[in-house]
Amino acid sequence: MLTGSTGNKAVAEAVSQAEPGVIAAYPITPQTEIVEQIATYVAEGKIGCEYIMVESEHSAMAACIGASVSGVRTFTATSSHGLLYMHEMLNWAAGARLPIVMANVNRAPGPGWNIWAEHTDSLQERDTGWLQVYVSTVQEAYDTTLMAFRIAEHADVLLPVMINLDGFLLSHIFQSLETVHIEDYIPPFSLPHMIDTKAPLGYGTLTGPETHFKFRWAIERSMRAARPVIDDAQIEFKKRFGREYGKVDEYLCDDADVIVISLGTLGKEAEVAVDLLRSEGIKAGSLRVRWLRPFPSLNISGKELVVIDRDYSFGFGGILANEIKAKYKTDVFSVIAGIGGQEVTFGDIASFVRDRRLGTEYWFGVKANV
Amino acid sequence: MYEIRIHSRGGQGGVTAARLLALAAFRDGKYATAFPFYGAERRGAPVVSFVRIDDRQIRVYSMIEKPDLVIVLDSSVMETVDVMHGLKPDGKIIVNSAYPLEVGGKKASTVDLTGIALNVGLVVAGSPVLNTAVIGALAKMGTISFESAKQAIKEMFSDERNISAASLAFSEVNI
Repeated sequence: MLTGSTGNKAVAEAVSQAEPGVIAAYPITPQTEIVEQIATYVAEGKIGCEYIMVESEHSAMAACIGASVSGVRTFTATSSHGLLYMHEMLNWAAGARLPIVMANVNRAPGPGWNIWAEHTDSLQERDTGWLQVYVSTVQEAYDTTLMAFRIAEHADVLLPVMINLDGFLLSHIFQSLETVHIEDYIPPFSLPHMIDTKAPLGYGTLTGPETHFKFRWAIERSMRAARPVIDDAQIEFKKRFGREYGKVDEYLCDDADVIVISLGTLGKEAEVAVDLLRSEGIKAGSLRVRWLRPFPSLNISGKELVVIDRDYSFGFGGILANEIKAKYKTDVFSVIAGIGGQEVTFGDIASFVRDRRLGTEYWFGVKANV
Repeated sequence: MYEIRIHSRGGQGGVTAARLLALAAFRDGKYATAFPFYGAERRGAPVVSFVRIDDRQIRVYSMIEKPDLVIVLDSSVMETVDVMHGLKPDGKIIVNSAYPLEVGGKKASTVDLTGIALNVGLVVAGSPVLNTAVIGALAKMGTISFESAKQAIKEMFSDERNISAASLAFSEVNI
């Protein structure tokens, strides 16, 4: 059915269709609308899950961990400081191999206090063992949330998935949304190591130096195994519902001399910049990274790269730019733009491309550039 | 692409008006996006919302710099906000006003949205509801079709008085 929805409500709608057994959440701007909508669904009896109002995000994730290991599908949503407060439990969820699905509405960490879009929150959780995907439209937020349950719960993966959407820019925008009947797109929840009172196991026991690395390697092995599982989930999605997604979203990259690489809504704005640049004779393309973990293979050989980071690692640089530099041994023009919701237009992105200086870093809007 | 900026005060329904307009555009078979500028919102403070309507998928997320249409739900906002800012030379402005009006040397379309809301009894928490009425006026101006306007209102609100308000605004607006 075609309707209109915000990014937040699209996530809530997808979650209600996935029918988790337990949802535990704590409200935080700009995510609140997701859990508010889900709470309404629960109150109206639209979904029959247990909704746990917790006293903090740390407890929200802890509750999801406890529920998940008991053998039910779980979901939570958060933003920024809420996500960072979960940090310890995020490691636990991945280490305990629990396929928890979470929506993180990207928002700048403070202070200064800021409620607007930035990717530094989720990128600070990059190494926790969660799969991470970044979406750019209301439709994509809905579709990807459905995929997230299927991917996380796949027997070859059994790792948590974080769906990231830009605060306000996507969480609060109203766009068209075509909902689907998911039928058996998400198979019934099955956790091989769930608590079974007839076959008791030890959980969270000590793993010594002679075994711990094996558990860590098992996480990495599953991360790698997640790549074909993601492909399969996206192909099956297209087959059933008609909409096509890749691990990255490429726009006019094939014949491009210069490619803009970004995450989230900036990737859509960059497509408009590409159209503008092409009308000026500059052969540009846009590559939006959808799945950041596991990191996808990028088809960028021989291209000049302009990487826009709505995030930063102090004392080092733009996080996405440095991931690409490390992985592909290539120079990039690293642009830091959109921090804390800073307005970045397609015109701005076009000028980043026109004025690119490979091998340097540029902070948009700052006078004293390094 | 047709770009619209809506000026209102927090609590008057500017954000919902933007969403109604986008929903009506979907029903016209078009693409649309609606989003407010989120600052430190509170009841009574000036609020800006945006709507984009196009025949193709809309990929722009940044704010509208040069609107084709400006909608003013509360004329007192004009005392502190330059509502004409960036309006295209051939752009239009519509103001909630019981009287004919010029804004920045340009004749504004006018419609008494407040009077209409009070007439049909659309008052929530002491404030007249302006967002469903204005959609009727915009249908008259050709932004969306009147059928889609009514359809969008029905999808969002069950109270029939919202349709009455839109119909009154449709017939009363001075373009």
